[in-house]
Formats: sequence, structure tokens, C-alpha cells
Amino acid sequence: MEEYKEKIREFLKKNKKIDILEDDDNLFAKGYVNSIFALQLINFLEKTFKIKFNNKDIVESNFVSVNKITETIIKTMNK
Amino acid sequence: MSKKIKCVVWDLDNTIWEGILSEDKEVRLKPGIENVIKTLDERGILQSVASKNDYNNAINKLEEFGISEYFLYPQISWNPKADSIKSIAEAINIGTDTLAFVDDQITEREEVSFSYPEVLTIDALRYMEICDMDELTPNYITEDSKKRRLMYKSDMVRKNEESEFRGSSEEFLATLDMHLTISNVKPEDLKRVEELTIRTHQLNSTGYTYSFEELEGFISSEKHIFLIAELKDRFGEYGKIGLVLLEKEDDKLSIKLLLMSCRVMTKGIGSAMLVHIINIAKAQNRGLFAEFLQTDRNRVMYITYKFMGFDEFHEEGDKLLLKYESEIKREFPTYLNVKLDD
Repeated sequence: MEEYKEKIREFLKKNKKIDILEDDDNLFAKGYVNSIFALQLINFLEKTFKIKFNNKDIVESNFVSVNKITETIIKTMNK
Repeated sequence: MSKKIKCVVWDLDNTIWEGILSEDKEVRLKPGIENVIKTLDERGILQSVASKNDYNNAINKLEEFGISEYFLYPQISWNPKADSIKSIAEAINIGTDTLAFVDDQITEREEVSFSYPEVLTIDALRYMEICDMDELTPNYITEDSKKRRLMYKSDMVRKNEESEFRGSSEEFLATLDMHLTISNVKPEDLKRVEELTIRTHQLNSTGYTYSFEELEGFISSEKHIFLIAELKDRFGEYGKIGLVLLEKEDDKLSIKLLLMSCRVMTKGIGSAMLVHIINIAKAQNRGLFAEFLQTDRNRVMYITYKFMGFDEFHEEGDKLLLKYESEIKREFPTYLNVKLDD
């Protein structure tokens, strides 16, 4: 789980230059994320973790923080 | 109606020219081939090269013949041609089912057909017939189609600059100085409108197509709002690249069609158009809905809707009805200058 978070943080850092980030920080509320970034993020996650999110799971609230994203990945993997 | 081809991929040896560059002392352009290439170009059909040759020698020869400018992303190497076909489709960002491949060797054509049966393969012997083929004859030639190759060329420069840019993608977008103009569709736009509805698959929410008369009718219809978007940046024009059809019914506003050319993918144009639509719905005090027809190609549009506050309201097979339910104030992206015209 920690390695997932690490990969997500790395991606956020590289693409968003978000350095200091708590795992529960809301990416959307802080204005880091818009729909272009959402696309890049989903694309990155699906490639990196070799998963395909369910349509139903593609909602803002599932990608709102590093913790939430990790939960969504695990949920998708376990399906 | 046969499927229209967006890009013709040419072999070189004994296809564009007579002879084999690496073996013969001299190669000569096939008679009339220049005209074929220029005619396709004027029709807005893109062209590329898949040839097994030394890259520099082949490019120099194309330049010597004065035709190198016509080819986007030429693939000249010793790799299998199926790989070249894939690279070209990816670089231009079009489906392989819109490619034609011209080669004199049946083994090459079969190798491509084996991996990509949807590619239209043409024996080089038939090169003089190409311009008469239905698949290579667009219904209309619009201002945008005539400029298409140049628009793709400026996109190559843009991509190159982006790959060297150190910073986030939004920071790069901010350097582009993009101007988006959204206006009501006018009668003179209709050919381009029809072209967009036929050509666009990836960034298309429903894929609905309409007859010319129906499209014309939407312009004057009281029940509809019909918008077209045009984009330019410091590298040049993208042309008219986006289309929206809204239908009013009682206190509802439904997005029947939202589409954008794949050339503007990852520029945030879809979100910007949705912001405008959300504002219209709000100003008219209508509930906002979006029809969505899932295909194997348009998932990007689905994700765009979902992250712009739309959610499933009703589902019927592959057809979804999404409803906008969000109180967040949505604004145009800061890197985009948006102009709203009448």
C-alpha cells in the first residue's frame, strides 16, 4: 500500500510540482486538479497498476486525495 | 457509404519512385505521382511514408524531388511496416481504420493486413486510380481540410516543444497563448460541422450524425442551441475544432452532442466548453443533462463529464443519461482566453 502511495506522490510531484502533501489533503479543493489532470491521473494509474476503473468508480470523490486514490486502486484490483 | 480515409501511407521503392534507392544508380518519380500526392493534400487527406530504407538517403531523395513537405511523421527504417503503420496512427492520433497503405509488394501489404485488417491496402500499380476511389473522395472540402496538413505540422512543432518543456502540463499550456472562440453555428459553417460529426470518434459524446438539412434546421430552431468553437495559439490555427448541440425541453437542457477534434486532446477544451454550457443552463435556470453513448473509443469524454460534476442519472445499455449536479463554481481554465461570440 505504501508503495502505491509513493508512486502516486511521485506522479503528483512530477506533473503538478506538489511537494509537501499529506495523504488526506484534498487535491481538488486546493485547486491542484482539474479535468485535464484527472484524465492524466487516471491514465497513469491504469497503466501503472494495470487496472481499468469501473465507470461507476470514476467520480471526483474517489480521487480526491492520495489515500482515496489508493483505496480506489485496491478496490478495483480486488474486483 | 464507404469509410473515408484520413491518411495515405506510401511505400517509396517502386511505389512513389521507379527503382530501388539502395541498389539502383538512379530512381525516378513515377509519372503523374506528384499530382496524385498534391490532389490528396488539397482534399485534406494526410500522407506519410513507410519504407524500408536508410532514413537520410530516402529523406534527401524526397527533398530532391520537392515532395518531402507532404509527408507527416515519415517512418523510414528496417522495421516491419505494421509497426510503421502503428507509429503513424499514434503520432497523428487517428484510428488505423482510417489509414490506406500503398505498396508494390504483396508481402508487405499482407503483413500490414495481418496485423491491421482494417487498413485499406492498395497495390502501387493502381496509383493513378487512387484519386477516383470513393474512400479517398471526401464529401466536402472545407477551409479546414485544405489547411489540415499545415495544422498537423504546427502540431509537430508544438509537441516537440512540449516534450522539451520542464514544468507541469498546465504551465506549458499557459505558454501557448491559446484563444478559444465559441459562437453560434452559421450557415457557412455547416460543411465543417458535418465533417466534424463524421470524422470525430474519440472526443465525441454520442457520435450522432445528422443530415445536412437537419443541421441547417438546428441553426434557426427555437428549441436548440448550436455552437461551434475555434482555437488558435502562437503556433498557428487549429481551425474550427469543437461542436455543441443543446436541446431545450421544458425546464431541461440536454447536451445531444459534444465533440472536439482529436488535435485538441489534452488542451482542456472539453472542460472549457462544458463550463460555457453549465453557465447557459444556470442563466436559463434549467436542469442540465448530457446524453452519452459509450463506444470503445470515447472514454476520455466520459471521464471529462464525470470530473466536471456530471453523474449517471439513467442507464439503458450503452446509452447513458448524465445529470449535472454540482454546486461548485466552474471557471474557464486560466491558461485559455475564451471569447463568446453571437
